[in-house]
Order: sequence, then C-alpha cells, then structure tokens
Amino acid sequence: MSAQGPVEAASPTFADVNRDVLRTLAPPGNLYFAWMSIVGLILAAGFLAWSYQIYVGMGAAGKRTPQMWAMYITTFVFWIGIGHAGTLISAILYLFRARWRTSIYRAAEAMTIFAVMTAGLFPLIHAGRMWFAYFLLPYQNQRYLWPNFRSPLVWDVFAISTYLTISTVFFIVGLVPDIAALRDASTGWRRRIYGMLSLGWEGSHSQWRHYRRAYGLLAALATPLVLSVHSVVSWDFAMALVPGWHSTLFAPFFVDGAIFSGFAMVLVLILPMRHFFGLHAYIQEKHLDAMGKLILVTGLVLTYFYICEIFTAWYSGDHFERASLFWKVTKSYAWALWLMYFCNCVSPLILFWRRARTSPVILYVVSILVLIGMWFERFNIIVPSLGHDFYPYTWGIYKPSPTDSMIVIGSFAFFFLLFLGFIKVMPSLSIVEVKETIPQPMKEGAHAAHH
Amino acid sequence: MPPTTETVLGVFAHVDTTVKALEELRAKGYHDLEVYTPAPVHEIEDVMERGRPVSRVRLFTLIGGLTGTASGFILTIWSAMQWGLVTGGKPVASIPPFVVIAFELTILFGGLSTVLGMVLLARLPRLRPSPAYDPRFSNDRFGVAVRCAPGRGSSVSAILQASGAEEVRA
Repeated sequence: MSAQGPVEAASPTFADVNRDVLRTLAPPGNLYFAWMSIVGLILAAGFLAWSYQIYVGMGAAGKRTPQMWAMYITTFVFWIGIGHAGTLISAILYLFRARWRTSIYRAAEAMTIFAVMTAGLFPLIHAGRMWFAYFLLPYQNQRYLWPNFRSPLVWDVFAISTYLTISTVFFIVGLVPDIAALRDASTGWRRRIYGMLSLGWEGSHSQWRHYRRAYGLLAALATPLVLSVHSVVSWDFAMALVPGWHSTLFAPFFVDGAIFSGFAMVLVLILPMRHFFGLHAYIQEKHLDAMGKLILVTGLVLTYFYICEIFTAWYSGDHFERASLFWKVTKSYAWALWLMYFCNCVSPLILFWRRARTSPVILYVVSILVLIGMWFERFNIIVPSLGHDFYPYTWGIYKPSPTDSMIVIGSFAFFFLLFLGFIKVMPSLSIVEVKETIPQPMKEGAHAAHH
Repeated sequence: MPPTTETVLGVFAHVDTTVKALEELRAKGYHDLEVYTPAPVHEIEDVMERGRPVSRVRLFTLIGGLTGTASGFILTIWSAMQWGLVTGGKPVASIPPFVVIAFELTILFGGLSTVLGMVLLARLPRLRPSPAYDPRFSNDRFGVAVRCAPGRGSSVSAILQASGAEEVRA
C-alpha cells in the first residue's frame, strides 16, 4: 500500500489520535464540495420525482397489479439490510471484544442510522397519500381502523422505529466523550455547540463507571434487536402465501444477507475515508482483511441459503413453488436472478485470496458488486414472485418507470449526503475507543500487553 | 467561614504513575478521589472499583425492559379486545404474534431507560465544568483530584509528586 509500511511500526499515541481525528474535521476542499453538489443534484431530482408522484398519483410509479410492491419495497428492504452491519460492528463485535472494530465502528454506526432513515422514507413513498402517513401508528380506533397486531406490517412499524431509536441512542452515547474532546480542542461558537452536545462530559471515573455499564447494556439490547429487525422484515414476505415467499428459511436468510450487504456498504464508505483522511494508521490492512473475511463468510452462508431455497422448492413437491422457481430461473427476470448469483455467490470468492482481502481496489469492486447483487436479491424475491403466483390471470410483468427509478436513485443520494455531512461535523473515528485499543501510555514497562 | 475541604489536583502523563498515586492515596486513607481519564482504563478502574458495588444503571435497564414487555402486551391485547374482530378462527387476543410487539417494546424501553439511568447517575448534563477539570484530560493526560481536610493539602501534594505527577496544583 502507501508509505505507511509495516503497520505495527509506530503505534499512534493518545495525542496523535486527537490530532488525527481533529484533522478530519478541518474545512473541506473543493473535491468535497464537488461531491456534495453532485449528490445534492441527484437528491433534488429524486425529490422532484417524488413530488410528481404525489401530485399525479401512484400510477406514475408504474404500480399496477400484481406488482404493487416492486421497486419501493425492494429498496426499503435493501436499506434496512445495509444498516445491520453497523449494529453488528458496534454491538455484537463489542460484546465479543473484537478489538479491530474500534476504528471502523463509528462510521459503521452512522451508516446504520442513515440507512434506516433512508429506508424509513420508503413505506411513505410506497403507500402514497402521504398526508395519511399517521395512519401507520396503531393508536386506538377513533379512525375506525382495526389495528391488526397479527400483521407483520404492524410488527415492522414497531421493529423499525425501535431500531432507529436504539441505534441513534447508542450512537449518541458513543459520541458524547468524543464531542467532549472536540469541545476542549475548539474555540468560539464551535466550542459552545460542542459543549452543549457533550453534556458537559469530563471523563471522570464517576462518569465512566456508569457510562461503561450503560454502553455494555445497550450493546446487549441492540444485539437481539438487530437480529429481530430483519427477521420481522422477512416475515412481511414469509407470512404471506405467495410461492417463493412462504418459507421458514426467510428470517436467517434475510439477516445474513443484510449483514453481507451492510459490510459491503461499510467498505464502500470506509475505503475512501481512509484514503482521503489518511487514516492508514488506524484502518490498517488487518481491518480490511477482517472485513473481507466477514464478507466472504456471509457470502458463503448466503450461497448455502440460495441452494436451500431451490432445494426446498423442488423437494416440497408443491406445484406452485416449482412453477415459480422455474419461471424465475428461466423466464422474464432470469437475467436478474443470474446477475444476483454472480454478484453474491461468485464475486466474493476472490476474497479467499489474502491479497484480495488487503487490496482496497479489489475490495471496493467486490463491495459494489455485492451491493448490486443484494439489491437484486430483494428485487428477485419481490417482483418475480408476485408476477407469477397461483392464477395465470394474475400474472404480470413489471417495468420500472422513470419516476420510481429516480426516487430510488435519489435515496442513494439522500444516504450519501447525510454521510458526507456527518464526516465533517462529527468524529468519524472514535477517539475514545481507539485510545482503548492502542498501547496505553506507561512510564515503565511500556507496551505491557493490555489484556 | 474557612473552607471545610480543599482539593488537590495531580496531572499525570502515564497510566502506571496514575495507578501508583491512587494506590498510595488509598493506603494513606484518602478516599475522596476523582480520576479523569481520556478513555476508560482497566488498571484505573480496578483500583477505583475495589470494594464498590457495580453501577446501578442495570436496575434502570431491568425496570425499563419489564415495563416495555408489559406495555407491549397491554397495548396489543387491549386494542384487540376493543375491536373484537375474529379473523382466521383465531382468538381475538392471540398471544404469539403479540410477542413480537412486546419484544420490540422491551428493547425500546430498556434502551431508553438505560440511557436515562446513565444520565441521572453520572449527573449529566453538567452545566459548568467542575473546578478540577482540565481540557488536557480529554486528550492525553490523566488527572487525580483529591478532596481532603484543610491543612492536609501539602501531604497530598507530596504523595502525588512522589508518584510521578508532572504537575500538582491545589
């Protein structure tokens, strides 16, 4: 790689960490503003398309039976899935004391929140008649609605709002001590704002002792939560009787796919960050290697699930399952299915090779392919299954319209705009957690292996 | 009125010297100690937590979590009973699907009350910095603030100096 050489050569000191993280918050250059403008323009186009859809009606989105779910729910599931890797890194790997997580977890956690925020737009975009959005809330029936708590769609409202709330809280709790460090290093109005946001944090032991306990408990709560969220999302499908959806395989299948795509997104965000901020001393080759391994493992598990899916469809002997599968593999949407198999099952195999796992370029290409593959996985679950269920008279082909395509592309811009904004106002590398990982300053017997 | 206590602050650059100072102070009978660290440090925690019960944050988590479970079941069962629509031949208050809602609310309430517990117990937000705080403590220095009886300041200073403090101020 670059001039950093052997990574263990000079471990950063505590003061280096503060300096390097503060450097990432320096006023941005032209390249940053160029990116912001491009992303902003795409987002504006997306909003325009959405306004058009609100004005004209849902027909503009190319929605007609049987493809009422099409692009929006595909993209919704995609974004919820992206969030999962962030929580896996920040909560599950925290509980497992995987120390390599410390330098990437902040960015991953921010990614989670922004991905869930992006996903949260889609039920609103999808349902149409935005002004009735509050009907989603299951309060008592003055509206003569029947809040059906047996419906997975209602579970989804609970799961996703809980997920967004808890991830945000977890993220903010993690940020507090770091913002205190920013406060102490800044002056003027920035100092006032950071001072308020840091809640007057001082890093005294009487604060740390509660903080550490609370952080561990939040991680312990977030762990089952993250597994539940994509399971609940998968039940939106699995609880229905549509061939290709009605499977007990769906919960683990979705969770694994979510983590797989989420890690790809983490790499897509982290690799440029590492390059442009010069964070090679913190995000080292061993981190890339670990990420590569996780993508490989989740990819292999996903391949296994694909095989299971095909096997069960055949072995069930169910005529409709078999017909649906045959149609998916060979007919109108076969290209999407085979593209997905290539991106999700074949492309990660290169990560068996260590040099590929430590090469940013190869990791980047694989990550992009994985993201494409995982978007198409949700597409392949939703569109072909709905397009070919029990009765020939309900079969149908869906074609994306310019409006819904633009809204979906706009959602990517929304996500990247939030992330680009974040890395310039908040520390995208955790000051405190990196300090916990690097050797502690010792006067005697330096570098005593810490645990 | 003369002050009832005085506070001495030692600034340290290293973990081991900080730990040494803490051990020394505790051995000499000074127990009103506050340590400022840029990040949690196990060695310092070990000294400070000795003989103390663990933080009560977990009590908040437990109570919040149980409240969440209860509200999940109350919300679902009560709403279902209000309408009383039988579908699919299933009981109106059908527990298994309600478990999902109860689970999500357990996590939601548990998480929020954990944060509430932390904020209350750690006395946040703090509107003005405590007198001993120094901005270096969020960077690369460790601080030991000792509250002692008036007149004991000089002996505390001596302990801090001997342990290797790079700066001592009263």
